[in-house]
Amino acid sequence: MADNGLRKVLADGLWHNNTGLVQLLGLCPLLAITTNTINGLGLGLATLLTLLASNACVSLIRNLVRPEVRIPVYVLIIASVVTAIELSMNAWFHDLYLILGIFIPLIVTNCAIIGRAEAFASKNSLPRALVDALAIGLGFTAVLVTLGALRELIGSGTLFAQAHLMFGEAARGLAIVVWEDYRGFLLAILPPGAFIGLGLLIAGKNVIDTRMKQAATVRAKAAQAASTA
Amino acid sequence: MLRNVIASAVLLTLFAIVGSGLVATVHDGTRERIARNEEEVLLRGLHDVLPEREYDNDILRDALTIDAPDLGGTIIVYPAFRGHDPVALIYTVTAPDGYAGPIRLLVGVTADGRVSGVRVVAHRETPGLGDDIDASRSDWIERFRGLSLDSPPTPLWNVRRDGGVFDQFTGATITPRAVVKAIRTTLLYSRDHCEGLYERALQRMTEDDHG
Repeated sequence: MADNGLRKVLADGLWHNNTGLVQLLGLCPLLAITTNTINGLGLGLATLLTLLASNACVSLIRNLVRPEVRIPVYVLIIASVVTAIELSMNAWFHDLYLILGIFIPLIVTNCAIIGRAEAFASKNSLPRALVDALAIGLGFTAVLVTLGALRELIGSGTLFAQAHLMFGEAARGLAIVVWEDYRGFLLAILPPGAFIGLGLLIAGKNVIDTRMKQAATVRAKAAQAASTA
Repeated sequence: MLRNVIASAVLLTLFAIVGSGLVATVHDGTRERIARNEEEVLLRGLHDVLPEREYDNDILRDALTIDAPDLGGTIIVYPAFRGHDPVALIYTVTAPDGYAGPIRLLVGVTADGRVSGVRVVAHRETPGLGDDIDASRSDWIERFRGLSLDSPPTPLWNVRRDGGVFDQFTGATITPRAVVKAIRTTLLYSRDHCEGLYERALQRMTEDDHG
């Protein structure tokens, strides 16, 4: 039973209640940073780390914090965690930090994070809060990476360009030039491309959801017919 | 009621202390590394403009701050020497008239008045149109290496649209125009002021040696 609960938390975060595609939270960094795959991955992982740390803290102190000051306490926790992550990135992934720079502090204002603290972590045990953070964070990262890959592929005809900023010089070979001599499609890189791309992703998710629902009804009907027969 | 207020205040204070403690610890642990990173990035930029083998002084320590309204106000100049012979001055120039705000450049000018190299360090030009000034996007910026006020002659130090010799980009004239103008202005400034700057730098260096 407990396992079922965790599985639902995972499915909600990754798909049914996805931050990027359903809740549409944290759109500012989502739209601004996804000009290529690696940027998306970098911001996604930073957000995931923040979520894990903030959900864990909030869950641990949930019986200690008085309700009237809980929001300021959450903000304090999130701001401290994000600042620590920002400094660490500046120290160990400096080149990536130079690109993501202004969006890291913005994680503080990503309402998805305080939203999870308030709506989930403050009411659930540590393991459940961690699973929730993992699911929400991975779901957000998946959207960032997919949108980044889409825009990079259409906009500049490459994939994983600048991978060395994140994984070191050895990863320079990861960069794939998909189309040689590609002239680039500017719209995909510019802000409108972000909106169009995100719109397509949301539409795609809705199509899949509808298909799945239809399949489920058909199956249910078949089962019913079989049982009556 | 009062007890509640005090309990909340104590709680908030505790969290503020823990939070700032965490940030202070991380800051302390990463400070040196961050400073080293920033220095490295700066040096990398400077070496793109002037190869490391050309000079032998500590270019960051010997940096000068000068007042040059033409080049963007109070700016930093990195003087490069080999022994006591001037090699080049690297100016941190701001071109105020980019398409989407100021463009920050490193412009190296050798002692004999040639461009040793140019790099764009910060800009907000349109991706795909104006950002070809960025060395990571195209080699347009390499075009300036070795040029001086005599070649091409000063009136030709313009983009083609303005009757000069430098290519603009398809769909973007303002950005290259701003860069060309900034480089020209730097060369003119260097022609008039470089001797004084080398002297100031040398003086500082010899003072440091004795001090």
